[in-house]
Amino acid sequence: MTVCTDKTVLDQWYAIGAVAEMEAGVESHTILLEEALCYAIDGLGIPRAWRQSVGEQNPLPVQCAYGYVWTCLGEPSGDIFTIPEFFETDRRNMNAASIGVNVSAPRAIENFLDMGHFPYVHTDILGVEPHTEVKEYDVEISEKNDEILATRCRFFQPMASTASGGGADVEYVYRVPHPFCSVLYKSSPMDESRMDVIAVFLQPVDQEHIRAHMMLSVLDEANDDKTIRMFQQTIFGQDKPILENQFPKRLPLDPRAETPIRADKSAITYRRWLSRKGISYGVIPAAA
Amino acid sequence: METLQRNWYPIASSSDLPFRHTFHGQLLGREFAVWRADDGYVNVWENRCLHRGVRLSIGINDGAELKCQYHGWRYANRTAGCTYIPAHPADAPARTICNRTYPAVEQYGLIWSGESPDGEPPQIAEFDSGVPFALRPIPVNAPADLVASKLGEYTFQPSARIDGDGATVQSEIGPAGCISLMSAEDDVASRVLFFVQPVDSNRSVIRGVLCECPEPPDEHAVLMHHNQRVSALRDLIEAEAVKLPTPEPMQPVIHRVSEELASMPQQTLSGRTAPLRVQVSRKWDAADGIAGIELTAVNGQLPTFQPGAHIDVHMPNGLVRQYSLTNGPGETQSYTIGVKLEPDSRGGSQCMHEDVRQGDVLAISEPRNNFPLRRDAIETLFVAGGIGITPLLSMARALGHSNLPHELHYFAQSGQHMAFPDVLASLDEALVPHLGLDPQATGKQLDKLLGGYEPAMHLYVCGPGPMLEATRRIAAEHGWPDESVHFEYFKNTNEIDDSSSFEIDLARSVMTLQVPAGKTILEVLRDSGVDVPSSCEQGACGTCMTTVLEGEPDHQDVYLNESEKSSGDCIMTCVSRAKSDRLVLDI
Repeated sequence: MTVCTDKTVLDQWYAIGAVAEMEAGVESHTILLEEALCYAIDGLGIPRAWRQSVGEQNPLPVQCAYGYVWTCLGEPSGDIFTIPEFFETDRRNMNAASIGVNVSAPRAIENFLDMGHFPYVHTDILGVEPHTEVKEYDVEISEKNDEILATRCRFFQPMASTASGGGADVEYVYRVPHPFCSVLYKSSPMDESRMDVIAVFLQPVDQEHIRAHMMLSVLDEANDDKTIRMFQQTIFGQDKPILENQFPKRLPLDPRAETPIRADKSAITYRRWLSRKGISYGVIPAAA
Repeated sequence: METLQRNWYPIASSSDLPFRHTFHGQLLGREFAVWRADDGYVNVWENRCLHRGVRLSIGINDGAELKCQYHGWRYANRTAGCTYIPAHPADAPARTICNRTYPAVEQYGLIWSGESPDGEPPQIAEFDSGVPFALRPIPVNAPADLVASKLGEYTFQPSARIDGDGATVQSEIGPAGCISLMSAEDDVASRVLFFVQPVDSNRSVIRGVLCECPEPPDEHAVLMHHNQRVSALRDLIEAEAVKLPTPEPMQPVIHRVSEELASMPQQTLSGRTAPLRVQVSRKWDAADGIAGIELTAVNGQLPTFQPGAHIDVHMPNGLVRQYSLTNGPGETQSYTIGVKLEPDSRGGSQCMHEDVRQGDVLAISEPRNNFPLRRDAIETLFVAGGIGITPLLSMARALGHSNLPHELHYFAQSGQHMAFPDVLASLDEALVPHLGLDPQATGKQLDKLLGGYEPAMHLYVCGPGPMLEATRRIAAEHGWPDESVHFEYFKNTNEIDDSSSFEIDLARSVMTLQVPAGKTILEVLRDSGVDVPSSCEQGACGTCMTTVLEGEPDHQDVYLNESEKSSGDCIMTCVSRAKSDRLVLDI
């Protein structure tokens, strides 16, 4: 009945819409893994989701998390990963944007993990020549949570966020807790001891198209929501044409498909992790 | 499909490649990035950067290289070899990342290429008599064979009767499978040849070429005429094509990269390190065949240097080369080096000349001084040969600044070969050029210059090996002691004999190691985790010099002078070995 036959992918939770952009009792429509879905939220904030072809009588598993409605087309293999910072009371949490991109989900995750493109794609914002070097960083797969963790990532940024005044070496931590979701922590310009959180929850529309939901949980008292959103949308708008010009659109998992350099350590780990999970959706699996 | 891959096809018009543009082409399902370099060469490359698959047709054509938008990787005109990876200025692996190229021939106003075409592109006799004139290419959503079969029905007016309507048109299959059409009215006629480019299984481009370029005022009208007629034909063809089953798109093979390129290069943790990051802030012709390169710190302040110091430059191609700083006293905002393009370059000077650009980031070592300048001489003589001027320039500027007596004798082929003319001009009468002398005349001149040795005079020589040898010999003949003659070789041209095997004791590290034939002391030390500084690793620069406590060294370097060598108390671990069975080193 389902188009996608990749069980690992089917059994994941996916964000399909921002709660803040929904009106109680009004039905919304979207596509997930090539299936047309309807979803809605009632006056008490209780979400519902169902396949358009099947109808409301047979609802899908559904829940609200991090400001989005999440659903699953298979049998949920576990709960949604945790982002504990989201619940800290002094944070500003918001959906920065939900943007359609003509690319496979894993290509977009790799772009999210990549620092080397900052001076070229996000010139004068997240990077600037001659500060082009990607310094050594560490990547590991956490056994406990089965998630990728990249730490000690540092990059020189001329304007790291709306709240930062000038250039600085910014520290990053990347998590990949879900094949098509990633969470980024970067040092907060407001409070040295804490980190801003930017997460992407990708909704695979099909193997080569996604909707990217960008969630922010930041420490910023100076800027209004619109300014903070605009900043992230500018960044994403710069990545979009690059992503849409990657060929092939599906992520090749054959190690000999592309040429890695040391800066791509996290991407290599991610490709191996997907291979090991046996993921076949949105990728070109390595020949056995 | 295989036979199609062996054909030549036009894939672009010459006019699709204006100055510094990158054109997106496609043939038999495969996308191309097509671009013309400033030297006129047309490059047809696979349309993806080998790094992360981003289309190179959205890349930046800078006239000499094509730069990927995603991570700034640069690929060279003609070879498509990657010349620069900005994310890793240091520790570049010595591997060649080369994009896939396709043949490109420009003729008849078209760019011809193919997947793997046989021989040369077709020579078309019809175009020999006049100036061929490429029409506007018209894309059609239909298979190439259908398009070709319909082109036989094309009708048009001869260029000289473009407003008429009475032409008779005859069609035939022309050379190289093209459709050749002759239109005649009264006593005038025009011939057009149509080539069909199979873009994909269900998409083609009609590329027409008129055998004779119309007279200037008519050009536009003729183009319009054919544009309208071919467009009308396209509508007919597409209407027919939609009735046919749509063929599957072609699946061009994406070739795998080599095993070597597929593995992530390891970080080198020992050996020659390059802790500084500098940007090429200026690059210019400092003389005939010599590039002046100014390096500015990416972060913070560059370390202090002394006159005579050199730096290791780690190049994007993985090579490491030493260059002397030419800076004068107080010039601490940047380092300036001079790089001579060696005709027999093994890739070092060629990379610095051709690949490294203004704005690039390079990794360099801290400056080291193995050619120190004494400032207590009653008189200092500098003898420079060719590019050997660079360390001496720094020294002469230092002495000049302190008003210490010195002369700089600069032997060069001609005035055009004298590097850094603006700096030389500032040396005033201390500079004595000796131009265009052959070895014999150079010897005579040196004999004259070195005649008046007195104690506390010092001589500094840098230049090509034979000239350096001659200077040292003549100085010795005139009574200059070894300790007053300071020299720096560019390279060690001695043949290194590494056939001996022996033992080394490291006195301070309390280790005994075996040096087998074929391995250097330096390599054995590093294999055992003992990190010692080195730079040229060929016995010329003196960086790896180590004190010998016991045993007899077998010197093979060109750094130490004769008395230092015979004293036996130091050794260049990168090339020299032991005559005794055992050496005790102060490490």
